[in-house]
Amino acid sequence: MEFKKITTPLSEDTIAALRTGDEVLISGTIYTARDEAHRRLTLLIAENMPLPFNIEGQIIYYVGPSPAKPGEVIGSAGPTTSYRMDKYAPVLMEHGLKGMIGKGKRSEEVKSAMKKYKAVYFGAIGGAGALIAKSIKSSKVIAYEELLSEAVRELTVEDFPAIVVNDIFGGDLYNEGKLKFAGKFK
Amino acid sequence: MKIIKLDQISNAVIDLITHAASNLSEDVIKSLNNSLDIEISESGKSVLNKIIKNAEIAKSEDRPLCQDTGLAVFFVEIGSDIAIEGGTITEGINEGTRKGYEKGYLRKSTCDPLTRKNIGDNTPAIIHYEFTGGDKLKISYAAKGGGSENMSRIKMMKPSDGIQGIIDFAVETMEIAGPNPCPPNIIGIGIGGNFERSAIIAKKALFRNIGTINPDKELAQIEQTIYNKINKIGTGPMGFGGVCTALAVHIIKEPCHIASMPIAINIECHSHRHGSVVL
Repeated sequence: MEFKKITTPLSEDTIAALRTGDEVLISGTIYTARDEAHRRLTLLIAENMPLPFNIEGQIIYYVGPSPAKPGEVIGSAGPTTSYRMDKYAPVLMEHGLKGMIGKGKRSEEVKSAMKKYKAVYFGAIGGAGALIAKSIKSSKVIAYEELLSEAVRELTVEDFPAIVVNDIFGGDLYNEGKLKFAGKFK
Repeated sequence: MKIIKLDQISNAVIDLITHAASNLSEDVIKSLNNSLDIEISESGKSVLNKIIKNAEIAKSEDRPLCQDTGLAVFFVEIGSDIAIEGGTITEGINEGTRKGYEKGYLRKSTCDPLTRKNIGDNTPAIIHYEFTGGDKLKISYAAKGGGSENMSRIKMMKPSDGIQGIIDFAVETMEIAGPNPCPPNIIGIGIGGNFERSAIIAKKALFRNIGTINPDKELAQIEQTIYNKINKIGTGPMGFGGVCTALAVHIIKEPCHIASMPIAINIECHSHRHGSVVL
């Protein structure tokens, strides 16, 4: 399997070249946020307040890592299920978000917002938190420290492994993969 | 009467929790390797290989297999000939949970359901007690993640729905779950009891080792039918398409009311972290 290496912030060209099913290795800065952080970020947008990071062209990773042991950058850090962020994702895309990393299906609203705002959804392997942590080179809490593992973190990643689930052309790996293998079990 | 001290319980719980977090048990590893032989999808195989690699890293570097180190769920069998010194079993298990999640650098995931404020120490543990004869205290533990738990379902079916209704509900539950519960999954099914009892026995069914055969021949047959149907859905490892969606289907049944047929489907992720100890 060939990998596409991509770097953040994501350019329009990079995004346009990605297709559903592409295995990618992501490098650069990404930001973490889960349920409560999303609620707060969208509240800031509603109130015309600045976000804790520049969201233009960026990727948000849906993760709540386990605590780092002394001397480690981060604990285990695999994806959480994405649908819980569906309510908040379209407004973040409207304000410049270009990528999301998580696991599991997205709503129709999120999928049409991805087409409209030219953003991509990447799937990471749930339950592979020890493996994924190896691609995380630095981690810094930049907002909502009181949320503990759910705080917003700025991560530097190198060759973070993921797969394109939804591209900007309406492709959906979950639908396509299921159709391809339905009934094939012997 | 055998005396068991409270710190024996909490120390045993600390060991169970910290060990399970980074060591996938033999039954799960074997079942993942078997899946690799069955899987025909390239992306499915790639995912399974990464899951197995993840288990190797977690074990050798003593890192949690998954950042969601779960709610701490226990099934406890209490012999009639034991006495606990220093407090209640519940206190001992919660103390062990508090210390185990701290010692292992594990994520604390319990929170207030309304304010969403984190409790901070992963208590309270969820504990189910059973009383038996003898002088043993058996503590079985599982770290139960939120993603798979969220896709679980319960239904009060009609007696006329029959076995076919049970099979259809289980398969429909996995259709709806799709990629969300981190497939390939272990599916615990509770048939009978009442509303809450069906859910508890569905959870308990997850504690049976993968690869063991249900001693009840009819249930073993239903498990096989559901397993085959789930793997025909096409979801595959992490939902990217494939034929390995279920690692195992485990059923427990209990008598129910003549008017009812409760059924609960408890889904467990591939990172099935469990263990037990006898004191």
